[in-house]
Amino acid sequence: MTVLAEPEITRSRPDASQMARWAISDALVMTRRNLLVWLRVPAYIVFTVVQPVIFVLLFRYVFGGAIAAPGSGGYVDYLMPGIIGQTAAFATFATAIALAQEATKGVIDRFRAMPMARSAVLAGRLIADSIRMLIVILVIIGVGYAVGFRFQNGVGGAVGMVLLAEAFGVTVCSVSAFVGLAIKDEESVQAFGLIWIFPLTFVSSAFVPIATMPGWLQVFANNQPVTLVINAMRAMALGGPQFPLNPALWESLVWLAGVLIVFVPLAVRSYRRVG
Amino acid sequence: MGVQHIGDAIEVSALHKSFGKVHALRGIDFTVPRGSVLGMLGPNGAGKTTAVRVLTTLLRPDSGRVVIEGYDVVRDAAAVRRRIGLAGQATAIQLELTGRENLEIMGRLSHMPRGSVRGRAAELLVRFEIADAADRPAKTYSGGMQRRLDLAASLIAEPSVLFLDEPTTGLDPHGRLGMWEIIRELVGRGTTLLLTTQYLDEADELANTIVVVDRGEVIASGTPDQLKDQVGGDLLEFTVPDRARIDEAVQAVAGLSDAAPTVETESRRIKVAVGSHGSTALVEAVRRLDAAGVETEDLALHRPSLDDVFLAVTGHAAEASSNDRGHAHKSPSTGVPA
Repeated sequence: MTVLAEPEITRSRPDASQMARWAISDALVMTRRNLLVWLRVPAYIVFTVVQPVIFVLLFRYVFGGAIAAPGSGGYVDYLMPGIIGQTAAFATFATAIALAQEATKGVIDRFRAMPMARSAVLAGRLIADSIRMLIVILVIIGVGYAVGFRFQNGVGGAVGMVLLAEAFGVTVCSVSAFVGLAIKDEESVQAFGLIWIFPLTFVSSAFVPIATMPGWLQVFANNQPVTLVINAMRAMALGGPQFPLNPALWESLVWLAGVLIVFVPLAVRSYRRVG
Repeated sequence: MGVQHIGDAIEVSALHKSFGKVHALRGIDFTVPRGSVLGMLGPNGAGKTTAVRVLTTLLRPDSGRVVIEGYDVVRDAAAVRRRIGLAGQATAIQLELTGRENLEIMGRLSHMPRGSVRGRAAELLVRFEIADAADRPAKTYSGGMQRRLDLAASLIAEPSVLFLDEPTTGLDPHGRLGMWEIIRELVGRGTTLLLTTQYLDEADELANTIVVVDRGEVIASGTPDQLKDQVGGDLLEFTVPDRARIDEAVQAVAGLSDAAPTVETESRRIKVAVGSHGSTALVEAVRRLDAAGVETEDLALHRPSLDDVFLAVTGHAAEASSNDRGHAHKSPSTGVPA
């Protein structure tokens, strides 16, 4: 009989600190894997970067002329925080689709039969997607600068806006992760799993002042979380009396925390139930 | 639970698993000695994949016990995962990444020391004949290469027990043969292997022991030869070109064994079950037919195939395998008795 030599590392039961170190390193390996995939597929890059850039140009030059915006900077300044928020939300389509694919193809099963940390698939996905999101946001800000956008509220405000956009994106990611893992079918995810993102982003203050909408729609638009987040982002980017920071900021943080508290456990639960 | 396993790498007892009203596993028992190959054979939906999912810690059993290398799959799941490898019908290969990247990522996720991952991946790429394509994205690989890469990924951390869930399903004949060769080589290195298959010839070819699973139960088990003996051992077959002389031929071979010869009138084919005395019976048959002056064609001795085993123990054919691979054949019992 062959005596199989076991690696030293597997012989004893790992302690808590070792487990934590593995959880971090496994999440980072998964992050690297996911980012490599993104960089290898031109279609993903086009979808995630080129599409928001087209939105910037479309709203700046095609629709923008017809939209009167409050504030001193004109429509382009009003628009950019909205586009950035919408981009963060749309970026999560990729989260849902990737997880749905991995669930149906049996990839997640394979990972779960390995000694890797249970958290690594979801954590690696969220970290990779927030890095991807940050890259896209920075590209869009660059494009915005080229078409006349300027931050009006200093570096602190600009950094705050990007951070809030990231927090918003990660929150929507948690919902998308749940949707992707629960539905598990790529076409269904694309067809209706994330359809709610459209009304939430378009019926908000992202592209047009809410005052221009019919009254019944204003009730929804004024009170839904995307408007609150974008108002707070706009306040940080532009400052000034037309764009008050509060209560939009704390209200949006409460919303984001609430959504995370609900959807992170749901996503984890559907991850456990995959297959 | 210690590591005091005497010689069994896998012990399964009274394993039950239901999904709602569907009883996927209804009390499965078997053991797999270290270094041996167990073939789990059954049609689609028999419960093979459910069994593999329980054995690899992916599903909790409702009741029963599974011990892998001395560790319970429920209580010591983490310890089990450090000792097993799994490759399935679906590959875990990320097609956008290169073969090398795929292996290195799997190695890192198996908590191999960073320094040894690179060398181990390179070694596997050579051994599985992917070295030339190691730095190309896996989506440019053939089906057989992707499957080999997937198998290599499951071996990266040198598991002592390997589970292969239908490793050749969907491969072309060339790919299947290549896979068989690799599996044989693995077993030669002492890896314990459990493989599921719908292909009877595959279990016959690769496994030391076979358990036949149908509707969530083990309905037969043994070595391939033992299973074949259960359905009557060797079978003598020949064709009589001249239809008028069939009766004479039947009379000539009738005394060869206790079993009566069967005749398929249409094909003019005669079969006699001759137990385990195949060679003697063959010589005797030639002598008698010659003495009777009956001309025959294609006189041959067949060991029963596992298709016959399946039909005998389940009462139905292993539909998924024999049908879609085009060698459905009639068993003696479907012939017209003489």
